[in-house]
Amino acid sequence: MAMATIAGKEVHVNDEGFLTEFDEWSEEIAAELATNINVEMTDEHWKLIKWLREDYKEKGETATTRRVQTVGGWPTKQQFTMFPKKPAKKMAYIAGVPKPKGCV
Amino acid sequence: MTVIPNFDSDDTGRKLFIICSKGNLDMVYPALVIANAALGEGVETHLFFTFWGFDMIIESRMDDLQFSPAGNTALHFPVKEKNIRVPQAVMPLPGMTGMATKMLKDQLEAMDIPPVRDFLDQIVGSGGRLWACQMSADMNKVDMDDLYEGVEDIINASDMIEMSVGAQLLFI
Repeated sequence: MAMATIAGKEVHVNDEGFLTEFDEWSEEIAAELATNINVEMTDEHWKLIKWLREDYKEKGETATTRRVQTVGGWPTKQQFTMFPKKPAKKMAYIAGVPKPKGCV
Repeated sequence: MTVIPNFDSDDTGRKLFIICSKGNLDMVYPALVIANAALGEGVETHLFFTFWGFDMIIESRMDDLQFSPAGNTALHFPVKEKNIRVPQAVMPLPGMTGMATKMLKDQLEAMDIPPVRDFLDQIVGSGGRLWACQMSADMNKVDMDDLYEGVEDIINASDMIEMSVGAQLLFI
């Protein structure tokens, strides 16, 4: 497993740059990850990212955009506005959780 | 060195055009799932509804698509012993379509796969574009007022060919 230094911290990442250890995540790290992919974090972004992490902790699986809409309460359209083009992957990357597995 | 995923770099101009020609419940989902996935990957995605696929976008029909197991030899009993086929002889019996439809809908719901209307809402919300076929509209004697609100326009075959320049085409 590769290591990377993000926001001054040594963390485990996979070959795509996603954090692989849930507990190594911090807001400072998330902020740098967001900058890496040109996402400007607003309060709403933080709310969604934190919800995604909570949901992952509970379910052991990353929420799909569908679930972020139906359970999290952010309409798909809004997700695309907040994390353009590839919302599912961008959200997971910043939240330090794996890419969602589900198809829908 | 820190690896940064290149979420935006593959702006390849990839474009997907899916022709939806079937109205059986089991045959509308492949298009919906693929379209949704493509949009989630940042691919420009269009759906063109034609022939029986028109039932997916006719307001009064789209919530009531059915699944008939008749003629489908791949249908197996949903039991642990995976390979027991449902006998073809029972398929055309009264009530079978209703039962099979209900079973399929229950299965989809259990997997949190949305119903057709919700799925189309999600696709449109994700930037997907929906087009209706002129000839099918004429055959079904419907106009824009009869169609699902997410449909942008009724277009003819030439328009469709023009619009899909450079796109990958999928006929379902």
